[in-house]
Amino acid sequence: MARITAGVTTSHVPAIGAAFDQALEDTEYWAPVFGGYKWSQEWIAHERPDVIVLAYNDHASAFSLEMIPTFAIGCADEYRVADEGFGPRPVPNVMGHPDLACHLAQSLILDEFDMTVVNQMDVDHGLTVPLSLMFGRTDRWPVKVIPLAVNVVQYPPPTGERCFKLGQAIRRAVASYDEDLNVQVWGTGGMSHQLQGTRAGLINKEFDDAFLDNMVENPDALRRISHFEYLRESGSEGIELVMWLIMRGALGDDVTMLHRFYHVPASNTAVGHLILKPSTRE
Amino acid sequence: MVDNSEFDDIPGTTVFTATRSHEGFHLNQFCMSLMKAENRERFKSDERGYLDEWPMTEEQKQAVLDRDYNAMIARGGNIYFLAKIFSTDGVSFQTAAASMTGMSVEEYAAMMLHGGRSPEGVRSIREGN
Repeated sequence: MARITAGVTTSHVPAIGAAFDQALEDTEYWAPVFGGYKWSQEWIAHERPDVIVLAYNDHASAFSLEMIPTFAIGCADEYRVADEGFGPRPVPNVMGHPDLACHLAQSLILDEFDMTVVNQMDVDHGLTVPLSLMFGRTDRWPVKVIPLAVNVVQYPPPTGERCFKLGQAIRRAVASYDEDLNVQVWGTGGMSHQLQGTRAGLINKEFDDAFLDNMVENPDALRRISHFEYLRESGSEGIELVMWLIMRGALGDDVTMLHRFYHVPASNTAVGHLILKPSTRE
Repeated sequence: MVDNSEFDDIPGTTVFTATRSHEGFHLNQFCMSLMKAENRERFKSDERGYLDEWPMTEEQKQAVLDRDYNAMIARGGNIYFLAKIFSTDGVSFQTAAASMTGMSVEEYAAMMLHGGRSPEGVRSIREGN
């Protein structure tokens, strides 16, 4: 039986990818950011997950304004790295797990989550920056990835409550897959940031700290955060944090925190990162 | 009836609703075209001519030529699409963001290094907090 063994959340700031690609990890500006993932890289090298269900948002790369799926699941064998306007990141293509992905797609749709099924798309920094942060430099990602693209570009994104429930449904679907697979669920994006208008540069450490606390202790409080509150308190792009709730919903009621990291700034953004494990009694 | 008027109370913030997406469709699709290297080259060699291939409003085109990101957003642009323009220009997200705030690039970078813009005073126009 497949099982969800851990959850990871992390910001996916494009500038982190650019710094990584230019080998700037040890510079004064970037060392504190990458330092927060040192433990994580060692941890995941031991955990050796088979598959990651990776919730992220596409940033006008695979999805233009022609079609805007709220939840899209990738069922392809392989995903190319998107050219976002400055050439593709020099990282390996991402290998999918079509069999589990198709199982998830069918299970989730019959569980009343109306997923868009994607058989071909490129993946952008939203997906590849978390992989670089967790696995470092590599010629081949040591894991299969099921991209779960969530619309947070055009208002409204799905609610935090809906994302949490999708995570719960992913948990059920993974548990009904016969093959013995070590599966992680990742939620990416955030934390507080605003990239537009005269309020650009907004960071709300108090909001972010409370969010990190509640991811462990009181996810019900996070499920109630309205879109308006995200926009006002965490900045117009901080609303990406709804994707963290997919991960949290997938881990079950009680979790143990293995790692927590927070740093300001990476470019315009507050970087947050958590590693959680479902509590053993489950 | 959908009512998004509460968003107007958040200072310096434009929420990209379906209505704005409709208004900015061609502007944003133009941005999307810059994901191809050959289109970037064509745009760079004749910006006006390239823009004229798109059914955008004159105001939208002028805002692109001026690299006035606030004006582009006011006319339906979305920042993730507009990012293709400043990526084509070789300009960082932080520099582009700074240009929208009225701060210099240096002032903006210093603000970010010191913890970013505090939410105090920029939550609500009505409540002044």
